[in-house]
Amino acid sequence: MLTVSGLTVSRGERRLFRDLSFSVGSGEVLALTGANGAGKTSLLRTLAGFLRPDAGTVAFADIEISEARASHLHWLGHLDGLKGARRAREELTFQAQWFGADPDGIAAAVDVLALEPLLDLEVRRLSAGQRRRLALARLIASPRPLWLLDEPLSPLDARWRAALGVLLQAHVDKGGGVIAAVHDPLPIPARTLDIGAVR
Amino acid sequence: MKALMILWRRELALAWAGGGGPLLACGFFLCLTVLVPLASGSDPAALRPIAGGVAWVALAVSSILSLERLFERDFEDGTLDLLALGGPPLELTVIAKAKAQWLAVGWPLAITAPVAAITLGLPVSLAPLAALSALIGGLGFALTGALGASLALGSKRGGLLIAVVVLPLFIPPVVFGAGALERAANGQSPGPALAFLTAYVLFAAVITPLAGAAAIRNAQS
Repeated sequence: MLTVSGLTVSRGERRLFRDLSFSVGSGEVLALTGANGAGKTSLLRTLAGFLRPDAGTVAFADIEISEARASHLHWLGHLDGLKGARRAREELTFQAQWFGADPDGIAAAVDVLALEPLLDLEVRRLSAGQRRRLALARLIASPRPLWLLDEPLSPLDARWRAALGVLLQAHVDKGGGVIAAVHDPLPIPARTLDIGAVR
Repeated sequence: MKALMILWRRELALAWAGGGGPLLACGFFLCLTVLVPLASGSDPAALRPIAGGVAWVALAVSSILSLERLFERDFEDGTLDLLALGGPPLELTVIAKAKAQWLAVGWPLAITAPVAAITLGLPVSLAPLAALSALIGGLGFALTGALGASLALGSKRGGLLIAVVVLPLFIPPVVFGAGALERAANGQSPGPALAFLTAYVLFAAVITPLAGAAAIRNAQS
């Protein structure tokens, strides 16, 4: 699904990692670990095409990277991209539709993430965990094969961490792939790549 | 295309969310045009030759007010990352946002423009021309403004930087727009000045999506 070869990334003067190679196939989960500042987020941003590597390539199976960005990737970063003044329903609908979801997909996401009681609230009234669930909805509503997740667990409580595990499992069972930067172990079996160790 | 319509509608809703930002721009525009006659002494005839110019300077400055909202907020809260990864290319996204800016801020300002022009002592018969030229110029302001807003992304003093980047780019529409009003006030046809104004808008419509998308990609890296 995704093959990374010889990847070297720097931020400013500091080299985060060099000559990093790995691949993520269909149905695989890769957990990126490493200390704060090791470069987990930078690696994810490089895979998503936001950062240009100093050297090396990121290749998607059979498709151009620009096309992959537009149709094969889901990105869940630290920032949820939600506007506080808007209602949860409006923001969920916008994000899902921006990624091409249909009403059935949105309804399914609302159902799976138990968002119904939150939908009429303004986003600013939601807690960090609730906002994260709202942001996760677009991943469920609009199926895309590769998920890039930056610390998806951090604001979630125990119940929803477990629920996210179920969602990730369902995604990989359907042949999807997941690359997640984590500090705590993911609630499903995952291959681990320690970014700090490859510097 | 559908996604762009959805984005465009959201942009309009956000422009009016939280207390009618476009109305504030109109109020600011009117305040500026009321200040000038008060500051320029008791002789209304002295103001008449520069009234068109003053109206257009006030319009240009009022158009800058809400530009910071255009990309900076989306950059700070992560929306811009999502916009870059959805289906539509970033270039079209920039155009959609600039068009929403025009509709949300440019149109209310264009509707206010006749009032401003009359306040400054232009004849009432020029009111339709004032509105029309402000409408065309407003699209130019929205497009070049979007370019300035994307170039200022990520800087600490975004709002001020946008104004300094954008005001020089606003010189041509101000010259052409004020020229249209002046020609009409002197009994000439405003056509040539409006044609130049439209040409500026078309030029901006070509440059802004390309340069704006490049500036956003640069800010995201």
